Amino acid sequence: MKQWFRTGKPWIWLTAGAVSVSLVAVIGLVLMIGWRGLSFFWPTAIHQMTIETTTGETRTLIGEVYDSEEVPIDRVRQSGVEVDASEGELITRYLMKIGNREYVPLDFTWVVEPTIIDDQTPTDMAIIERTKDGNFYGRIVAIEQQGERIANHQESDFRDVLFERVERAVELHEQGLDLQEDEIGRINYQLSELGLEERRLKLEGQLTEQALAELDAERERLQTDYQQLEKQLFAIRDKASRDTLIVEDFRGEEVAIPLYRVLDVNFPNDMHLLAKIGHFFQQIGKFVSEPPREANTEGGVFPAIFGTVFMVLLMSVIVTPFGVVAAIYLHEYAGKNPVTKLIRIAVINLAGVPSIVYGVFGLGFFVYMVGGSIDQVFYPEALPNPTFGTPGVLWSAITLAILTLPVVIVSTEEGLARIPSTLREGSLALGATKWETIWRIIVPMASPAIMTGLILAVARAAGEVAPLMLVGVVKSAPMLPVDGNFPYFHLDRKFMHLGFHIYDVGFQSPNVEASRPLVYATSFLLITVIVGLNLTAIGVRNHLREKYRALEQ
Amino acid sequence: MISVSPNSASEKLDLANLTDEQRALEIKNLSLYYGEDRALHDISMSVPKHGVTAFIGPSGCGKSTLLRCINRMNDLVESCKVKGDILLHGKNIYDKGVDVAALRRRIGMVFQRPNPFPKSVYENVVYGLRLQGVKDRRVLDEAVERSLRGAALWDEVKDRLNASAYSLSGGQQQRLVIARSIAIEPEILLLDEPTSALDPISTLTIEELITDLKQKYTVVIVTHNMQQAARVSDQTAFLYMGQLIEYANTDTLFTTPMEKRTEDYITGRYG
Repeated sequence: MKQWFRTGKPWIWLTAGAVSVSLVAVIGLVLMIGWRGLSFFWPTAIHQMTIETTTGETRTLIGEVYDSEEVPIDRVRQSGVEVDASEGELITRYLMKIGNREYVPLDFTWVVEPTIIDDQTPTDMAIIERTKDGNFYGRIVAIEQQGERIANHQESDFRDVLFERVERAVELHEQGLDLQEDEIGRINYQLSELGLEERRLKLEGQLTEQALAELDAERERLQTDYQQLEKQLFAIRDKASRDTLIVEDFRGEEVAIPLYRVLDVNFPNDMHLLAKIGHFFQQIGKFVSEPPREANTEGGVFPAIFGTVFMVLLMSVIVTPFGVVAAIYLHEYAGKNPVTKLIRIAVINLAGVPSIVYGVFGLGFFVYMVGGSIDQVFYPEALPNPTFGTPGVLWSAITLAILTLPVVIVSTEEGLARIPSTLREGSLALGATKWETIWRIIVPMASPAIMTGLILAVARAAGEVAPLMLVGVVKSAPMLPVDGNFPYFHLDRKFMHLGFHIYDVGFQSPNVEASRPLVYATSFLLITVIVGLNLTAIGVRNHLREKYRALEQ
Repeated sequence: MISVSPNSASEKLDLANLTDEQRALEIKNLSLYYGEDRALHDISMSVPKHGVTAFIGPSGCGKSTLLRCINRMNDLVESCKVKGDILLHGKNIYDKGVDVAALRRRIGMVFQRPNPFPKSVYENVVYGLRLQGVKDRRVLDEAVERSLRGAALWDEVKDRLNASAYSLSGGQQQRLVIARSIAIEPEILLLDEPTSALDPISTLTIEELITDLKQKYTVVIVTHNMQQAARVSDQTAFLYMGQLIEYANTDTLFTTPMEKRTEDYITGRYG
């Protein structure tokens, strides 16, 4: 045994074991989140269940089975459900998503297995995605055009007609949205700019009759445009409201659903594998490209992806020059004395400060002090409404830049230290000044190390949520920080963030059950985004390494 | 006025009494301290123009330190302090207000290990010119060809000027570094054991190159290899424990040394 210890083999096993445990943990995490997140997009069957209620009556439920669990009989009894079973037994209960929010108090319900009398998956069951009130489950029986039935579900070409009409409605709906967001949005933006312009002129005492007349004329012109666009919008809406779906719901009653509120209609019970796969990817596509609806419980997460990536890129742009310059000073110019050492230790320790502290600092210093001052000086016309004196994407990026600054400084310094002194001397001997040597030789050669710092910084910043809640992230941002209105980048705007979205959907939403799969899907997406950002940076670093290979010599 | 033919190695110079035209550099009472330690003791010597001057001596004798004084490379060492003068055209390079970068443009240096920059062959050669703000592509192209020819490297690399400098062999890299130094046309070229990291054949090439270089430049070389000093240099200085023991024309020093310590060293009794 002693002999075995002396060979060093236990250490090898120990170290290999540690690596394995870490690996299993990471892979397990990614697999779990990936599986649960992605399975959300897979079309599941719609069940039509007949169940017996406590009063002995029967009722029908239509919906998807979301989850199932084994619970002790006592707990079921406590919740007021009478079942025939002996004490101590475990029974299964299912979580059903029954949708149809306007007709039921909660769109999720628990069903205890023994109460189920009948369970079917009829092929004509449809899942109808709507702009409001979530999904609707039921059997589509007819289509009405201006109150007249034009197609009946017994007809053989019913689905073709249905899909054609749905497509038309969706197209019109999108047209309407585009009009509203792009052109009408632009006019609204210009109108508010005009209002600010007027206030600015007034404050500066330059609001002459002529200027006022010009402003009024401009406003007049925009109003005319606006009314024209509004007419167009109403026309589109009129066209869209032509058709109505008649759907038989879980109560057996016929309900009218105007087609302009329908986003998609599917018959998951009638899908073969290929159609399911197609639907799966279509759903993923929608998830990453569409804005959220209904307090984030439905729709996609595009603004959150955009906000995350934009904020991280902005942060990188800020943190890299600062970190590199600071590291160059510390390593190249600062004297090698206790003060420098102290500064270096302080910088390294900054990395250990809890991120919420940075959030508080960002709010107090950047948002209120710096932002407030900027508003006083540059945007007095908008006061008391703050422009930069309120949380926004710029302050978030700067706060995270400070948070990640130590990482960049430390790895840049390490990179600088690794550059052979012979190269510095070679450059100096050719008549370069120290600055020229640093700029032309040292910094390019340290660039892979700078990229390493940036990779670590991005990894940390993209996952950070706590400080952002104080300095710029919101549950729902009406506008992206980048759009078609001059000056295109609106750094004062608030933004959405995947990390905060996870928190919001998972813990702040009115319906936690409904959003749990969304939480997994968003988490998986956040990981994907971070990995994507990092892979890009790693690619750049490898390219730089290849270019400045001197260190390996 | 006696006109001295610059490349006549056979012509014996009176090293103690050089005229101003013959002298490239004059070192006067130079002492150097690393903190409290004295590394150079009161060294005085004159380096003649257009010749090869070699510094020899055992390890740690201060020959590299002395060389690095000449282009003020020792400024990089924080604890280093220099006393005495080094006169270039009668002006002390240690005077206040001397532009060190400009000085180093006039006194180039090649180091022990080849240290090309992580750039292309072309960019390595034009580095010094670019620092001076030369942008004209034609001027740069000409300088590259002239310098690479000067360093006997042109024929080997003319087809891959844009290849990385690291793709060259060690000996080629060292010649590239020499080309880089002569691209900015220095007056003096300092070589700090330029062949110690190279194989015998590369060493031979570089030695031949040094003999060519002295046509245009004043060369000062540090070497621990006495045969090399005997082969390439016109004058040799022997340093020992930070002191200049003997400085004479190479043939004289190697055949009839004045000092016992020199004789012991060149006959291999210590060092």
